[in-house]
Amino acid sequence: MKKEHDQGKYKYGMVIDLDKCTGCGTCMVACAAENNVSVRPDESDKQRSISWMQVYKADNGKEFPEAETVYFPRPCMHCEQDGRGGHAPSCVSVCVATATTLDKNTGIVSQIYTRCIGCRYCQAACPYKARYFNWWDAYFPVDKGLERYLSPEVSPRMRGVIEKCSFCHHRLMRARTKAYADGRRKIKENEYITACAEACPAQAITFGDLNNPKHKVAQLIKSKNAFRILERLNTKPKVYYLSSRDWVRKIADNPVDEFSPISG
Amino acid sequence: MDSKLLPEGVERCSFGMFILWMLPWLAILAWGGLAAVLCLVKGLNQTNMSNVFAFALWIVFDLGVIALGAGAFFSGFLTYVVGKKELKNIINAAVIIGFICYSGATAMLGIDIGQPIRGWFIFWHANIHSMLVEVSFCITCYLGVLIVEFVPIILENRKLDQIKELHIFGHNLHHIMGVIAASGTFLSFFHQGSLGGMFGVMYGRPFAARDGFYIWPWTFFLFVLSAIASGPCFTIICTKLTELLTRKKLVPDNAIQLLAKVSGWLLSLYMVLKIADTLVWIYDIAPRAGFKFMDFYREGPYGVWMVAAELFVCGIIPAIMLMTPKIRENQGMLVTACLLNCTGIILNRFVFIIVTLAIPVMPFDRFLSYLPTWQEWAIGFAVIAYGFIVFSLSYRYLPVFPKERELNPIAG
Amino acid sequence: MLPFCFEWVWNVDHIIFFGLLYTALTIVATCVVIAAIKTVMQVFGFTRQRHF
Repeated sequence: MKKEHDQGKYKYGMVIDLDKCTGCGTCMVACAAENNVSVRPDESDKQRSISWMQVYKADNGKEFPEAETVYFPRPCMHCEQDGRGGHAPSCVSVCVATATTLDKNTGIVSQIYTRCIGCRYCQAACPYKARYFNWWDAYFPVDKGLERYLSPEVSPRMRGVIEKCSFCHHRLMRARTKAYADGRRKIKENEYITACAEACPAQAITFGDLNNPKHKVAQLIKSKNAFRILERLNTKPKVYYLSSRDWVRKIADNPVDEFSPISG
Repeated sequence: MDSKLLPEGVERCSFGMFILWMLPWLAILAWGGLAAVLCLVKGLNQTNMSNVFAFALWIVFDLGVIALGAGAFFSGFLTYVVGKKELKNIINAAVIIGFICYSGATAMLGIDIGQPIRGWFIFWHANIHSMLVEVSFCITCYLGVLIVEFVPIILENRKLDQIKELHIFGHNLHHIMGVIAASGTFLSFFHQGSLGGMFGVMYGRPFAARDGFYIWPWTFFLFVLSAIASGPCFTIICTKLTELLTRKKLVPDNAIQLLAKVSGWLLSLYMVLKIADTLVWIYDIAPRAGFKFMDFYREGPYGVWMVAAELFVCGIIPAIMLMTPKIRENQGMLVTACLLNCTGIILNRFVFIIVTLAIPVMPFDRFLSYLPTWQEWAIGFAVIAYGFIVFSLSYRYLPVFPKERELNPIAG
Repeated sequence: MLPFCFEWVWNVDHIIFFGLLYTALTIVATCVVIAAIKTVMQVFGFTRQRHF
């Protein structure tokens, strides 16, 4: 059988328009519900709770009336490189048990839960804090109805392993299966989008194939307002952000030298 | 009661006294055992580690004891490969300390991973590009080497030595010690290095990231050097502590002085390279990632004082003290210099582990702090207690110090 | 890891890493086995014990 997905043919990525994002947190909820993310009876310990999609809040540090706020929704960045030119993200190159890999066909960084030994080296290596450890056994309160939301497409995680955003990989599988059933070789642009992109009420999140010039994401990343978080680290993330505000683009990285504004 | 088991011609305290001495250590070990059971049964939520502090107290302990345990491989290398005969008087102690450090660290790592029963995946599904794989392979193999080095010492026990087969086996093991020490040096070199490499390759963390040579970041070489500079000092401290507790002279001064001298020169070489590395980090690596040196110390308790403490107080000062014959010949000064040296190395490991993780990389992220729970402390202290127990047992029942009889003749 | 494990790749990286590792292990194991064999030979009187 002819190989359907050639090496590097697809490169799925995300563009988040920060000027549209209201910080409502729907992406976080949608993500958790879609991916069977375990909860705790008491979720107040935020350093140990799991949220594959995390919304960070930042401000321009000014007083009213110049005060402005921005929200950075942060999924796993699915980096292409480790920062020194190595063709695997830092988390992948450090993993001891080959439990996480970068799929060259889709650009998605996977996590194999049953292979992970829980050494947490990947967590230490990730500058985006996108990796979460299961400090407790998986827990879904039965009497609260949460078990009815559990998705059969995503395996729940056991205690002692790392988990992270998978770009809703199961949705890609579903879309491919459907395309195959329809006798198609390719999936359409909107057939595979992540749960956060689908749920965002402000439609701030766009998802698609960065290698396909017809896809909206591939066009959006060419915008002069497009940037990535911690671009200087050279890890080549596949999650892009858009903002027309200079200060927002500025605080996305640690600028040691002069920042060159593009607007106003 | 156990007089038949004691080495011949040496004085030991009474059995009751020995038990009394061991009781507190056994109590701490039991406390650590309880914590270990809690962590294994209930999970790592028993600790205060978090998604921010993925590595914490245990890893600091691990890296610390492994660096200090380097005295074993380096003394072995000097004794059997380089041929420094005077070190034969301290090599047994160095081997036992190395064994304690490595076995303790391995046990701790077994508790530290989230899925201990999958520990073998490191070996079976190894990702050879991970520095931690290199560490795991070399530590496990080197622990094997240390066991082979420890066995002949155990076989020298008075009772065991009377068994002809064991006596001959012990002798034959002595004959191969040169090869074993050389293999140990090779394995140890790589894991001490890859422990440093582990942090140097965290390119996403500009606080720890370093450039390097081929696949090894500079931290690889710095960790090897710092370990062989501090390991012999730790051996000296342990020997001096034993001498203090037993009120006896156990090792001739020439062996101690040689180790101290070698340590001093290695430490000074390490300091030169470490300072060069720090300057490259401040002026090249950090700015490339968008950081100024002071940005790393904006928040939290960690400040420039740590750099000063590590490089000057616990680096240059002990290096000068150990290199100067007059100073290192003074017992008090020698022990002070050794203590400073070991503190500096522990501080270095602490900085690479805890401070690296505490400093946020994303500019809009917050600085977070961490304090260990009693379970974490208990397991850390249990390793120390385990060390005291194994070393006390070895001292009591094995001829650890070959010159003990000569230096402390029993009257009559 | 052995060559029949499915992550194994026949490339320079794997050959160097495991080559060195297994060489070191083989040396250590061989030495211990030799010491054991010599002991058995000496115990049963096939060879004379060397003293040093």
